[in-house]
Amino acid sequence: MTQPRAKLTVILFSDSLDKVLAAFNLAIGAASSGMDATIFFTFWGLNVIKKNEGGIKSKGVMRRMLNAMNRGGTKRLPLSKFHMLGIGKWMMGRLMKDIKFPDAQELLEMAKGLGVKFVACTTTMGMMGLGKDAFIPEVDTFAGVATYLSEAGEARINLFI
Amino acid sequence: MKADATLDCIGYYCPLPIVHTARKMKELRPGEVLEVVADDMGIKEDLPNWCRQTGNEFLGIEEQGGQYRAYVKKK
Repeated sequence: MTQPRAKLTVILFSDSLDKVLAAFNLAIGAASSGMDATIFFTFWGLNVIKKNEGGIKSKGVMRRMLNAMNRGGTKRLPLSKFHMLGIGKWMMGRLMKDIKFPDAQELLEMAKGLGVKFVACTTTMGMMGLGKDAFIPEVDTFAGVATYLSEAGEARINLFI
Repeated sequence: MKADATLDCIGYYCPLPIVHTARKMKELRPGEVLEVVADDMGIKEDLPNWCRQTGNEFLGIEEQGGQYRAYVKKK
């Protein structure tokens, strides 16, 4: 195995807006400090890298129901606390704007612009019946655990959010 | 302190001052000094640590009326 270097990996398991902001914040900070950074989006975290526009195609009643209720996209991420059917999220958005803090979409674009690598978990994609076409073009790789472990093995900082 | 360039980060919170500093530093030549003006108190700890991570030299920080002026020398 290669020696650990100045690199950050984040497993983003959650699609809660607050946790997503933390993950992007860390990756952007790392990339701005001359470090490599990789975000591995898995399970609910896949929602962050789904396209905002258009429908999600999937086969079977259960998967269609899941993907209708679990639509995803940076514009649809709920808060983990005080979401209150979107009222809490709206208020949080106002507070973020108040301190000139970027929203999830802006953070995603900023991370990508700084060279943060996006990996999507193919197991979750298979289970949820999602194809590559459900995701934004910024995704670099569609892969599984061996890819994550290889990335994490060479990084000094590895986080699960 | 004399600086070759100034970066205005007033009103911005972490990680934006760091992102903007990293971007601005690319425009400077080695040995030049960047002045970062900010009002998020996190800058006091974050900028020296960013310098340690990136190898640039942290020259110091001045505080006046809730505003910070930090100086970074490009390696």
